[in-house]
Amino acid sequence: MASGAKQTLVEVVQEPLKLERYVDFVQDDGAGAIATFSGVTRDNFDGKRVVRLDYEAYAPMAEKKMLELCQAAHERWALKAAAIAHRVGEVCIGEASVVIAVSSAHRREALEACAWAIDELKATVPIWKKEVYEGGKVWKENADARQAMLAASQK
Amino acid sequence: MKVNVLFFARSREIAGVSETVLELKAGATSQDLLESLLREYPLLKEITGSCVLALNQEYLAQDEAKALRDGDEVAVIPPISGG
Repeated sequence: MASGAKQTLVEVVQEPLKLERYVDFVQDDGAGAIATFSGVTRDNFDGKRVVRLDYEAYAPMAEKKMLELCQAAHERWALKAAAIAHRVGEVCIGEASVVIAVSSAHRREALEACAWAIDELKATVPIWKKEVYEGGKVWKENADARQAMLAASQK
Repeated sequence: MKVNVLFFARSREIAGVSETVLELKAGATSQDLLESLLREYPLLKEITGSCVLALNQEYLAQDEAKALRDGDEVAVIPPISGG
């Protein structure tokens, strides 16, 4: 777990994610809105029956990138707090692999920041999932993964 | 100098280990490390085109030749798929 000076919580965890933990964290008396996103294992992909997803993370770097992501969200929107958690290991159907919670005085900031954060996470945070379906396994690749471009664009 | 190398996902399965230590000449760059990795784990060739390296938890551009130092941590990062 890592927290920044701004109200931020990021963590990569083994155990099932509980949404309340992150909602509680972003709870703020000055917040009129809390937006959350839960990414959940779906039971099918391209007509294949999915059994579970196996997640693996470069945990210290993933937490660092998630922290940078929260800080960037704080700079871009007037947020009260932001929390991002990603689970690793086996994530069964219906269970959450990622949870994001964001609070702000008014709804627009929290909603926009939450939607932006999941897109950024999928594009930049070093985490991998292997889809385990009936009759096989395959490492997935996010269509919008852009870690290769990231370093180049920072020059 | 010694550099710690970490493998993840497909690169870990191909290498057959999750980490290793490479002994490199002083002044070696991330490109030298990649060459040395491919000598040690030739099967990695099939995925290096889609992988990037991270040096001390920061992504490197694909062809970047960054100077390495003793004790550095380099990770082989296949296409990510978090979320």
